[in-house]
Amino acid sequence: MNRAALFVLADGRFPAGGHAHSGGAEPAVAAGRIKDAASLEDFCRGRLHTAGLVAAGLAAASAAGHDPLELDEAADARTPVPALRTTARKLGRQMMRAARATWPSGELDALAAARPRGAHQPVVLGLAARSAGLAPLDAAYAAAYETVSGPATATVRLLSLDPFDATAVLARLAPDLDKTAAAAAAAAQRIPEDGTDALPAASAPLLDITAQQHAAWPVRLFAS
Amino acid sequence: MHLDHDLDETFPERHTYSAAPKGPDGTRRALRIGLGGPVGSGKTATVAALCRVLRDELSIAVVTNDIYTREDAEFLLREAVLPAERITAVETGACPHTAIRDDISANLEAVEDLEDALGPLDLVLVESGGDNLTATFSKGLVDAQIFVIDVAGGDDIPRKGGPGVTTADLLVVNKTDLAPYVGSDLEGMARDAKAQRGELPVAFTSLKNEGGVKPVADWVRERLTGWTAGPT
Amino acid sequence: MTLAAPPTVPAAPRAAVGVRATARVSAATSGGTTTLPVLDGDGPFELRRLRSRGTEARVCVVGAMSAPLGGDRLRIEATAQQGAALHITSAAATLALRGPTTEPATYDVQLTVEEHAELHWLPKPLICAAGSNLRQTWTIHLAPTARLVLREEQILGRTGEPPGHVATRLTVRRAGRTLLDQEAEYGPGAPGWDGPAVLAGHRATGQLLVVDPAFENRPPEVQLLGDSPQDGQAVLTPLAGPAALATATAPDALRLRHLLDTAHT
Repeated sequence: MNRAALFVLADGRFPAGGHAHSGGAEPAVAAGRIKDAASLEDFCRGRLHTAGLVAAGLAAASAAGHDPLELDEAADARTPVPALRTTARKLGRQMMRAARATWPSGELDALAAARPRGAHQPVVLGLAARSAGLAPLDAAYAAAYETVSGPATATVRLLSLDPFDATAVLARLAPDLDKTAAAAAAAAQRIPEDGTDALPAASAPLLDITAQQHAAWPVRLFAS
Repeated sequence: MHLDHDLDETFPERHTYSAAPKGPDGTRRALRIGLGGPVGSGKTATVAALCRVLRDELSIAVVTNDIYTREDAEFLLREAVLPAERITAVETGACPHTAIRDDISANLEAVEDLEDALGPLDLVLVESGGDNLTATFSKGLVDAQIFVIDVAGGDDIPRKGGPGVTTADLLVVNKTDLAPYVGSDLEGMARDAKAQRGELPVAFTSLKNEGGVKPVADWVRERLTGWTAGPT
Repeated sequence: MTLAAPPTVPAAPRAAVGVRATARVSAATSGGTTTLPVLDGDGPFELRRLRSRGTEARVCVVGAMSAPLGGDRLRIEATAQQGAALHITSAAATLALRGPTTEPATYDVQLTVEEHAELHWLPKPLICAAGSNLRQTWTIHLAPTARLVLREEQILGRTGEPPGHVATRLTVRRAGRTLLDQEAEYGPGAPGWDGPAVLAGHRATGQLLVVDPAFENRPPEVQLLGDSPQDGQAVLTPLAGPAALATATAPDALRLRHLLDTAHT
């Protein structure tokens, strides 16, 4: 295994469509709930411990080789609003395209054939990590990091926030990222005994509510 | 029953990552042409004019990349240059050049979805969001690209060059009707473009005039002939 | 379990480790109406049968003692057997309080709805008082033709006091698959709970879930609810199965209920 593959996978320039998504930051900025580095940090911490933990759990389980279709169903059960299910599948399809070009594997091909319109992005991300020879914990890190790096980058664009401040926010979240990735990987290890119930299902009411509202905006900068 | 999977049966999976010339079944796919250029130079107007001229002879679809969602797509829909199902919009997260060059995944999905939904197409036009002079399309997304500038944006743009002006397969200098009013030197622009682009073609257009888009339409037809006869 | 009604039976003794109690309700059909072959209260749960409405049997949970307190282990099991219609409500809000130990209290609700049966679980809100620490779960098993209406509301702190800590998990299994699985954690120690991604200062949050096989053919439409953000906001959305879920956050219990009632009409 090459640990360095994690840098390729988690790079913001990995061509899997993430740049067009704000992870809920656009509606939060519009509502005045994200207005500076401090509120961005609060937002990211909340997203990390809810949506981020769920994504990391799914990614770790997928990287560990658990049935991706079963994980895809578990992701649906953890995503009650259709706007976020649509986004997750769209991004999953884009991740699949990038992953098959980058780390071709039979397992990726099989999932692409079973879910041509896209599986949930964390499931595909985990399988990409597996194809790259990475460990479940690595996949959890990549998924967790993405749930905070996306909103941080988007906020730099939306608020013209000082990019140094935004990057410092991500650095301050490092201990939370460690905890989240470790908890997600540990949960994935319990699947053989407890099934997908073992995976985290943490929710954030405002992320769900505002994602669905944002999807109805006639004019917006980000796809989600 | 799974309510989110209805489309899985309608849309088969793809086996290509980028713009491979042949589809999984061996048939040659549509020619993909990108249109880029600065804000306000007339990209959307060029797309609209091309559709009006070519829609009776070719099966066409359009992908727009808006800065603000769907603005350009809405314009094309209002102008009714194509039926609504032939126009789709890609959201770019405030970075239009990223979506056509660095991370083309959303645009590829949009093009493929149009092909899947509409059946065999002859031509797909991918319009970039208005951007700067360095924005070019990835070869993984389009087969040829048109860069649209206008005389009112400054007649020194061809001289300044930049990847769009220098390397685009066709450079369109639009709004020639405005040249007298803004004091632009069309001959100078042509000279500068020649110096920057060598043998690559340049088209001067005034879309306000009847048949103004003809030089671009002719170039597209020529590319399409070459594409259909292509070696692979 | 609730505040208002005075105890009518001697309360179970509260040991140092907390109360352990399981109440059970079971509804069955008999001669065109729903009967209640099992109606067993326990500990803080006193169960009262209310006047039936149509074929529907109605049960009210009345608090016989203050609960849950830290260390309590409370459980309610309700089953609507084949073809039965059961409606369960509560007489007053449930107040979670700090207990004799710092240990969390647990409150587990298990609901089973068999073929062609219907269950309404519509209790009054849970109030998480300062210093309380509660883990609440709802585990729901639905047959393919079962129908369910469930509402759950959490009020974080009484007026003017900081909230207690509450962690919840709602799991709905239908026809052998998991339809909905959701955890939530609010209050001191829950990272980011009060921030812009989760509750953004709101002190009331809740959900209304409707599962109905009729949604298979006619999925519910998305509705955005709440005209002004300062009065709270909600969405009603279709799940990836025949169900609709309303999710709401609001400054207080009254405005929360208003949003959820709007979703239910």
